[in-house]
Amino acid sequence: MKKRMGFKVERRPVASGRVVFLVSLLAIFAAFVVAGIFFRIYGVSPIRAYQLILRGSLGSRFGLAETVRRVIPLLLCGVGLTIAFRALFWNIGAEGQLLMGAVAAAGVALFSGLPGPLLLPTMFIGGFIGGAAWGLIPAILKVMLGLNDVITTLMMNYIAIYFLEWLIHGPWKGPTARGFAYTDTFQIAARLPTVYGTRIHWPTLILGLILAVVMYVVVTRTRSGFEIRVVGDNPDAARFAGISQLKTTLLVMLISGGFAGLAGVGEVAGIHLRLLGPNNISMGYGYTAIIVAWLARRNPLAVIVTALLFGVIMTGGDVIKVSLGLPFQLINVFNGLILFFLIGSEILLRYRISFSLRR
Amino acid sequence: MDNSEGYAIELRGIVKRFPDVIANNGIDLKVRRGEIHCLLGENGAGKTTLMRVLYGLYRPEEGEIILNGQPVQMNSPRAALNHHIGMIHQHFRLVSTLSVEENIVLGLDEGTGPFMNFRKARAKISAIANEYGLSVDPQTKIWQLAVGQQQRVEILKALYREVDILIMDEPTSVLTPQEVDQLFTTLRTLVDDGLTIIFITHKLDEVMQVSNRVTVLRKGKVVATLLTNETDKPTLARLMVGREVVFRLEKSPKELKEKLLDVNDLHALNDRGLPALRGVSFDLFGGEILGVAGVSGNGQYELAEVLTGLRKATKGKVLLAKKEVTNCSAREMNNLNVAHIPAERIRMGIVPALSIRENLILKKYRYSPFSHGEFLNYKEIEENAHRAMSDYQIAAPSCETPVKLLSGGNIQKVVLARELSENPSLIVAVHPTYGLDIGATEQVRQILLAQRERGAATLLISEDLEEIMTMSDRILVLFNGEVMGILEAESADIEKIGLMMAGTRHKGEKL
Amino acid sequence: MGWETWVITTLSRSLAYGTPLLLGTLGEIYAERSGVLNLGVEGMMIMGAYSAFTTAYITGNPWLGILAGAVVGGAFSLIHAFTSVTLKANQVVSGLSLTMLGLGLSGVLGRGWEGKPLPVPLPKITISALSNIPFLGPILFKGQNLIVYLTIFLVPLLWYILYRTRIGITIRSVGESPATADSLGINVNRVRYMCVLLGGVLAGMAGGYLSVAYRPAWTEGMTAGMGWIVIALTIFAFWNPAYGMLGAYLFAALYHLSYRLQPWVSPELLKAMPYAFAIIILIFVSRGTLQKRMGAPAALTLPYTRGEE
Repeated sequence: MKKRMGFKVERRPVASGRVVFLVSLLAIFAAFVVAGIFFRIYGVSPIRAYQLILRGSLGSRFGLAETVRRVIPLLLCGVGLTIAFRALFWNIGAEGQLLMGAVAAAGVALFSGLPGPLLLPTMFIGGFIGGAAWGLIPAILKVMLGLNDVITTLMMNYIAIYFLEWLIHGPWKGPTARGFAYTDTFQIAARLPTVYGTRIHWPTLILGLILAVVMYVVVTRTRSGFEIRVVGDNPDAARFAGISQLKTTLLVMLISGGFAGLAGVGEVAGIHLRLLGPNNISMGYGYTAIIVAWLARRNPLAVIVTALLFGVIMTGGDVIKVSLGLPFQLINVFNGLILFFLIGSEILLRYRISFSLRR
Repeated sequence: MDNSEGYAIELRGIVKRFPDVIANNGIDLKVRRGEIHCLLGENGAGKTTLMRVLYGLYRPEEGEIILNGQPVQMNSPRAALNHHIGMIHQHFRLVSTLSVEENIVLGLDEGTGPFMNFRKARAKISAIANEYGLSVDPQTKIWQLAVGQQQRVEILKALYREVDILIMDEPTSVLTPQEVDQLFTTLRTLVDDGLTIIFITHKLDEVMQVSNRVTVLRKGKVVATLLTNETDKPTLARLMVGREVVFRLEKSPKELKEKLLDVNDLHALNDRGLPALRGVSFDLFGGEILGVAGVSGNGQYELAEVLTGLRKATKGKVLLAKKEVTNCSAREMNNLNVAHIPAERIRMGIVPALSIRENLILKKYRYSPFSHGEFLNYKEIEENAHRAMSDYQIAAPSCETPVKLLSGGNIQKVVLARELSENPSLIVAVHPTYGLDIGATEQVRQILLAQRERGAATLLISEDLEEIMTMSDRILVLFNGEVMGILEAESADIEKIGLMMAGTRHKGEKL
Repeated sequence: MGWETWVITTLSRSLAYGTPLLLGTLGEIYAERSGVLNLGVEGMMIMGAYSAFTTAYITGNPWLGILAGAVVGGAFSLIHAFTSVTLKANQVVSGLSLTMLGLGLSGVLGRGWEGKPLPVPLPKITISALSNIPFLGPILFKGQNLIVYLTIFLVPLLWYILYRTRIGITIRSVGESPATADSLGINVNRVRYMCVLLGGVLAGMAGGYLSVAYRPAWTEGMTAGMGWIVIALTIFAFWNPAYGMLGAYLFAALYHLSYRLQPWVSPELLKAMPYAFAIIILIFVSRGTLQKRMGAPAALTLPYTRGEE
């Protein structure tokens, strides 16, 4: 405890929910203010820009549809990441898990020869397995050999990216147009229905919302959720209580990878209807989902809100490009700033300043 | 000779306080130049704290440090090194991936900019090593060395920095007997060369073997300073553990039930792969408390861990109610109704961010009524929590308060409530009242005594000899992983116990 | 005859392409050796590329461009050092946010600069006397530029510093056992700041090299994931500058060969190799003694606070 003049800085034992919420808002606000500086540089008033973004992403039918369409993968990946983060497994590999889910789904769609009605369910199952398997590899490496989860999941992302590239340029190559490679288009039975006039593949959206609620219940009310929370908070106590860290880690990565895989299924079966290059399937959803999960403070229900926020931001990128002629890349600046201020603001959560009249 | 000039070090009136304990309570210590001076005492006596004050790691609230007649301020280890004082800690401060010579020169300014003249350093190291017989290949990496050799590197490190005074904190705790002999030879050579050595230990044999003078500390105060050749082990033991009349708690007479625990020739290794238990055997009956006395580091933790399924035994058998349970897992021991009150309650015993009610079911969450299938039954969990909180007088705003917000005493009560609620047959309690205030300590002891009355068999491991003497029916003393003796508490002589704790086997057998 | 020319060209190109990889890796090796994981390398590289290009364009001096790249990369890395070392926040997230920021910022600021050719790129140097040495000559001494030579020179220098000087011992101890270093009076935080700063400066230089020398132009996202390869290469190098050099040139060669080798190995799989190898190496060094001999610095990603002592 340091005493300085009339106020002291001391460690805060635990931050109340209210404080956490306020600090998060502060971080987002700070990011918006700093980003506003860039708007100024382009001669655009930040207020006007933000108004346009909000109107564009939520106010018009088309904008709202685009926002929701982006929310879907953020939601699925984000929920999965909250589970992984709860067990202190730093899954940076959601991007790769998403792509592998997409690959699996495409594989089923294009080559399985299954009858129509079975296709979509099998694609989802396959996508889940694909993403889960991709996530389990780093989990096994961590549990058995102690390998750093950040680095392994990160590397797996790039292996997935190039694997996908190889597939669409090689064995799964379909017609190539204008230098971009992709596979054949999926048959009708392998396509997800969308809301009329939009690109919202609603089955995946509903799946995501259901999973968010389910995972919230799992974390707070089930035995497995309890074990995950114990392992994530105090691995020593977990061992003391006879909870297997091995099983818990594998379980969370099964879920986290699997959910990201489901997001991948949604993207290829709902939007692109074929397997594309990695940059086209995922616009960094796996990485943005990290911020989504972080901001949601690892609460699966809160992910619904934070995923929406980032959906708005991403659509906002299109809006400012089209309406204001500003580069889409501004979104990355946004995201980077939000993430940055979030972790920077955590120091406010760990310490508090209180004013006192006593010396 | 009592003038300050003869003394290399003089500590006057050192007082060092921590939030809940006075570690050094007005200590005066005088160390003569060129002697080996032992600091003897149990855990918590204040020896390490005192030396850390001397070494600049701690700043005392009161008192002075006088070196060679001049008062000095020790603000940091750097200052101590500038005054030619070196300290070798119990846990070595070495970087395992670097080599010997790299570790020795680490942190030193060799004068000529950022670049290193290794040749010069190597020559100096060789010279020192040869002079004192501390042979070690300077280019080997630390992780490749045996512990005894690593200690030599620490000594070389100090000598390289031209210390006059060397403080060693329990240096033999990690050494084999041969390495201990080598160390003592080295120390005598150093002293012949004019070094002054302060040696912290709890082992009487060592004191008698190697020191010129010994200062005994107890509960933060100096009890006596004696010339080693004018004293003997029983005297030192008595001074070390004290002679006060021990206040005995109201305790019902012992009512033994059947033999519950049969431990036979138990062997186990510690975290470093060295033997921690070397053939421990004892029985434990229902309705009694067997206190395990001994200075920390002699195998107590490992014993508790083996008995509760957290550590593997390498040899020997454990029978619980005639059933073999050697090397059962923690979960299996839970199921057999063995309670474990761990030494580090925060690190091992609780999940800090989780609520009281959730911590209370940490071991039972898998079973009904606390869960039905996969789902937890929070109504039952909450009722259980209310019951526990009232039974054990746990003070908290609600049962949903995160456990990390509770005071130490309440945290311990949560642990107790959790462990003892199922009426366990065997209780392994390690330092159960450590760090608790008087009121909480009282409550915890009463709870344990109530369990005893109920017929549970309790193994009470504690560094607080008073606690052992007060609570136990029988007392077992562990030293160096072996049982030195088992005594009835009522007839136990504190001097005898002290001797055993410091290495003398009961019934007069010397080590 | 054509065969030999092909090999020489490839190797010569590998030297050129491997240079930014190597610069980035050398910097990241130092940062990680001190215990800080810097996932912001990609962001620092691209910001370096952008600032170098614009500075070189405006001033007409490519060297000022390189300098600008180094400064900007360094500035970014100081932010990372501040959040990771002083605020002790999560290093992974901090690095990722800086990469996002860097990519975004450079995309935003660089919009008007695309397609403009750089009037004065870094000059290519040909040392005619040496370039006549059979085989090695044309590779090393024809058409390379000064940065390539500087980078080659940096390798033994940085190797020597890390393994044979007091600074190097200090850095390695901070990354391995900061408590020990602290107890010997070493300022752990300052060492980490310095190493992260070096990492940022070299990353910025690497980016600058790309936009001012290798392919003198600016394109959004022109680093194309090079920063991530650097992270993989650092592991591949066992955190040793010498192996870093080997790894960087090797992967540069593979990258160049990827299209040539197309009939036999698909280029995409070749590009995945650095990452796969990194994992394989991590597995390889995970066993006990190997870990100590060649593994990651023990305190990597762990912020340091002076403990109870």
